[in-house]
Amino acid sequence: MTFWKIAWRNMQQRALASSLTGFSMALGVALMILVIVIHEVTVQQFSSDAQGYHLIVGGSKGGDVQLVMNTVFHIGNPLYPIPYSYYKEFVDGNYAPFTKVAIPYCIGDSFHANGWRFRVVATTPDLFDKISYGANDDGSDKQYRFQSGRNIQTDHFFEAVVGSVAAKKSGLKVGDTFQPTHGMSAAGNKHVEFEIVGVLSPTGTANDRAVFVNIEGFYLLDGHALPAENRDATQAQQQEPDPIDPNRGRLPLPEQQREVTSILVLCNNDLGMMSLDQAINKGKDRTAIAVKPGYLVQDMLDKVIGPVRLVLLVLTILIVIVAGISILVSIYNSMSERSHDIAVMRALGASRTAVMGIILAESILLSLLGGLVGVLLGHACLAIASPYVMAHAGITLRFWQFNWYESLLIPGLVVFASLVGFLPALTAYRTDVGRSLGAGR
Amino acid sequence: MLLLENVRKSYREPNGEPLPILDIEHFRLDAGEQTVLRGRSGCGKTTLLNCISGLTTVDHGRIVIKDRDIARLPEVTRDRFRARHIGFVFQTFNLLPAFTAFENVLLGMTFTGQKTDASRARRLLDEVGLCHRMGHKPAALSVGEQQRVAVARALANQPSLLLADEPTANVDPAHQQQVIDLLRGACEQEKVAMLLVTHAPEVSDQFARVEYLEKVNRVLPSPNSPAL
Repeated sequence: MTFWKIAWRNMQQRALASSLTGFSMALGVALMILVIVIHEVTVQQFSSDAQGYHLIVGGSKGGDVQLVMNTVFHIGNPLYPIPYSYYKEFVDGNYAPFTKVAIPYCIGDSFHANGWRFRVVATTPDLFDKISYGANDDGSDKQYRFQSGRNIQTDHFFEAVVGSVAAKKSGLKVGDTFQPTHGMSAAGNKHVEFEIVGVLSPTGTANDRAVFVNIEGFYLLDGHALPAENRDATQAQQQEPDPIDPNRGRLPLPEQQREVTSILVLCNNDLGMMSLDQAINKGKDRTAIAVKPGYLVQDMLDKVIGPVRLVLLVLTILIVIVAGISILVSIYNSMSERSHDIAVMRALGASRTAVMGIILAESILLSLLGGLVGVLLGHACLAIASPYVMAHAGITLRFWQFNWYESLLIPGLVVFASLVGFLPALTAYRTDVGRSLGAGR
Repeated sequence: MLLLENVRKSYREPNGEPLPILDIEHFRLDAGEQTVLRGRSGCGKTTLLNCISGLTTVDHGRIVIKDRDIARLPEVTRDRFRARHIGFVFQTFNLLPAFTAFENVLLGMTFTGQKTDASRARRLLDEVGLCHRMGHKPAALSVGEQQRVAVARALANQPSLLLADEPTANVDPAHQQQVIDLLRGACEQEKVAMLLVTHAPEVSDQFARVEYLEKVNRVLPSPNSPAL
């Protein structure tokens, strides 16, 4: 009969106390799992938000943090725009040789539905066709997909695509129309209608909570065009509308009347990224700044979420320690009632180290079983919370979402259980056999 | 088989003075022999058994079992020796309540450093008439059944010596004879020497050799003295 079996039988003998102490360990470990996995997922999702392109170029007023918050996370007030001509530098100008894809963003409008406010982002179809976000488990890039409908088309000015969370909360679906509100306030003027042509699959990024409209249509909305410099440009917009024309008789806004809020730039390579970074940030033209979003987001994570995670981890570690101490107390308190059993085992030939080993085995078993239940409990909580988190935050939580830190839990618990089991084990080691046998039952 | 020579054991009184418990000049038990050591309560019977089994160390003298002086063995070796060569039957049976009858017998084999022999455990329980109660825990067994499990456990490792400490003290008169018969029969069958300690004359009267601890132990007054 192994020491493990003897320890198991001892646990069974004190089933209620063993279950309660094991459960307290399970709760502690479950909390730890939740903190570890949710932090990991959050970091991944935050990082995914800023992946798929190398640089964000935006107005120099406001600074890099605001630019990233605005462009990547759709948070905060829009920045001062930069001229459309600056964007064109990436398309066919001086910056084009270093640029693979440049995607303009125009931000400033919003959409309000069911008490929720969603950022309206005006962009080109390239955002979903040529840019990826995050990485799959196999390392490949994650491509945007549509759970229904399709991407917007460049020449269909008043088309829109809605993110998964925004679609769920607003009720928008393919074929619906919506009217963006000018500015971020619900009280702003309503623009003309856009038609929803696609609903994005969940990405776990901030884009899930946004509505994307064709930038060509956005430029044609009231208050979005710069004053015309000549009459021809103005007249070009005022043609007779064709009833089946998806653009409602509107022609594209002349480039000289356009501005962009920011530009997502996917460079040809790292050298191109460095060249552009140097040219934009160190050149004479201080119209715009270029930010490497990955670095900045990582910096924000380290400085903001990192300490929070540390505090939570310390708290959960304290909970596990308290659970461990409850195991110590439980076993230690039982030592007087089991000193007789220990004495009997000693009489049967068990050495002092053997009875010490049995008590340690019991402590390890309790901690391990509690820990394993805790791991399952933690992941079950993740699975249960998954639909809610997905619906409200667009973050995917899965039952089997493991973090490598979890692999340290089991050896960590064995070491910890050995430590907490040492005191009662020592008591077992020192049991006075003659006195305990004489005490009887 | 068992030889005690000049064995002395004393405890310390609260004031630090030594309190002599045992002083045995010579005691011998041959292989397969069954002997009763009789003495009144508090005369050091249990201390003597603890010394013989190596659970308690002696202050002086030799305790030789199977040609090994266990008083001189390191504790770990003494524990292993006890597991392999000495069987214990206690006054209160001392079955472990968390284990079934079968597991209690297996437990007797656990600390020998050798693989436990489940078939022998079953056979022993069968021999004491408990093959149908193997899976029961002590709480579900009668007093007589518990004592039979205790005997099976004591014989689990085919010991050379069985120490029985007042094995009938907690058994009602109707079952006392059964316990004695069981112990004697099992020891004869397994060729095990038995040293049975008791204060009961009705038990000691059944054995050919009866030693009085008061006679063997020089610390105590003689059994013929007026105090007794």
